[in-house]
Amino acid sequence: MAVPQRPSLDGAPAEPTADSERIPLAKRLEIYRSMVLMRQAEQRANDLFLQNLVKGTSHLSLGQEAIAAAAAAAMRPGDLSFCTYRGHAHTLARGVPVEKVLGELMGRDNGLMRGKGGSMHLTSVEHGVMGSYAIVGAHLPIACGAAWRAQYKGASDVSVCFFGDGTTNIGAFHEALNFAACMKLPVVFVCENNLYMEYTPIAEVIPVEHPAADRASAYGLERIVIDGNDADVVYETLSHAYARARNGDGPSLIEAMTYRYSGHSRADPAKYRPAGELERWKERDPLNIYRRRLEGSGVKAAALDAIESDVRTIVDAATKACQNAPFTSTDVLFTDVYADGGCAWRN
Amino acid sequence: MAELTYREAVARGIAQEMARDDNVVFLGEDVAKAGGVFKATDGLLEQFGPKRVLDTPISEQAILGAAMGAAMTGLRPIAEIMFADFIAVCYDYIANEFPKTRYMTNGQVTLPLVVRCGNGGGARFGAQHSQSIENWCMQFPGLKVVAPSSPLDVIGLLAAAVRDPNPVVFLEHKSLYSTKGEVPDGEIVDMLGTARTLRAGTDATLLALGMMVPRTLQAAEILHTEHGINCEVIDVRSLVPLDTQCMLGSIARTGRVFTVEENPRQLGWGAEIASIIADEAFYDLDGPVIRITAPNIPLPAADALEDLTIPSVSRIADTIRRALAA
Repeated sequence: MAVPQRPSLDGAPAEPTADSERIPLAKRLEIYRSMVLMRQAEQRANDLFLQNLVKGTSHLSLGQEAIAAAAAAAMRPGDLSFCTYRGHAHTLARGVPVEKVLGELMGRDNGLMRGKGGSMHLTSVEHGVMGSYAIVGAHLPIACGAAWRAQYKGASDVSVCFFGDGTTNIGAFHEALNFAACMKLPVVFVCENNLYMEYTPIAEVIPVEHPAADRASAYGLERIVIDGNDADVVYETLSHAYARARNGDGPSLIEAMTYRYSGHSRADPAKYRPAGELERWKERDPLNIYRRRLEGSGVKAAALDAIESDVRTIVDAATKACQNAPFTSTDVLFTDVYADGGCAWRN
Repeated sequence: MAELTYREAVARGIAQEMARDDNVVFLGEDVAKAGGVFKATDGLLEQFGPKRVLDTPISEQAILGAAMGAAMTGLRPIAEIMFADFIAVCYDYIANEFPKTRYMTNGQVTLPLVVRCGNGGGARFGAQHSQSIENWCMQFPGLKVVAPSSPLDVIGLLAAAVRDPNPVVFLEHKSLYSTKGEVPDGEIVDMLGTARTLRAGTDATLLALGMMVPRTLQAAEILHTEHGINCEVIDVRSLVPLDTQCMLGSIARTGRVFTVEENPRQLGWGAEIASIIADEAFYDLDGPVIRITAPNIPLPAADALEDLTIPSVSRIADTIRRALAA
């Protein structure tokens, strides 16, 4: 399958399908700011990795920011996000401070989980970030369980589960979709199709064009493919899906086409990509698209510049705070294995 | 006081907890309308309704994943994995998700959930529906593992498991479902992490679990009446947390110890206990720690073969008698 210059939108018009002007300007500026924050924070994470200040691995969402930012902007407080190991952007999108995220990546005492989880497990329950799951597919059934609780309790929150195109080939994806559809659970599944499952083009390992959307009918769900680089399209699509979920109309499965600028993880230089593909996608950079559109709506360039420099100040301050923070105290090593706070397995 | 079967005790234990707490919900394959393939959950649907007692598709990952998501957001689910062997198809939750989430999130996430399984052999089901899978679960810090051997313990330990704020694997023995025992009226709540001495003795300590408990008690009676050997029998009950003190205290008095395990020999639960004894009670011992286990083979189906594989009353008694005579 030829890799499209634009995401394959199956007959959708080339121009954005969302009516951007219908989205309140304050919300659009919030989305822009959120995308800028993700971009800058992840670029900083990458810089820190190159300085050996972030260890282990990291999976960046550079290029995919529109999905995380708009999906979170469309949520209500109390809605729950379930993320993958590529979870920095989704965590930041819910308002978790940059310092806490970078601190966790750097193994510092100010980290979100004080270094006990690391890059792939960012979790902030107080912000509705119910975990970043590093076993592909594991969190789809978990999101179903949270949605089942909402249904059982008569609560109005929605569980939103993000995952990549590669996840659509693992059993838990299918078990979760079937379970959610049978029970009409208030859960929204968002497949971020960035065209590659780790190092392999997704098209090589699926018998259909769209790994998520083309499986939707098997679970009685609508086939939805959207431009994941257009934050307004993401915002409107997810707002509709969340409303359906809250209304008792059951789950949605949305496939958002996008592209990651870096390799799968820090270990991957992404040499498998055809020449020119990255450059073509960068022409459709979600931040550039959004900035141009905001300017087209009359927002002054200076106001957008101010957002960018404001975020730069925040990311710089967070970086400095993390560099100055002590390494995680070893006091936490034996804590919270069990709910009594300790790790005793025998008397 | 009433005489209940082990199977009836399961339903009574679940009902006791569901009646007490609306947050307790129950899901699994064929558990509601059919009352469970072992008929251990009969009547729960009628008593608590379809919102709280759910028949699921054959989707073990969905069952355990949903239990986790419900637990982390405030419910206290009981999930049934019908045959314990099926844990293998949802092992990610047992190995990676349940036990590690609290730790990785620095205590942000609490998972009060119970996974119930029909464990163990003796029913001629063959190698994939008969295994004793305790050691599949007890190797993960963060998980608790219990295995009751009597109707009373089923209720008390199940109640303790449901009320525990940690994920607990609750291993019922499918060959014990029809066994009977006296159970007092009213609420019954036991404690995880406690072994129970079922028979006092001075010559040797016998540690048993699940279906091996009644067999070991019978063997102890034979040893006593036919050979004058007086064994102490301890029902281990809880593998995690492990009541080491109960066992070490007994060994200090008897000087000999035998584990009686249904699982294949390699890495059975008795190996961990033997290692603890070697470290902490070596000088109390008058002879080697002896593990009585199934041989290291898959469980066969035919009567004659399965009976040879799982430790029998006579094999338990003979092994102990010979070892003590040596």
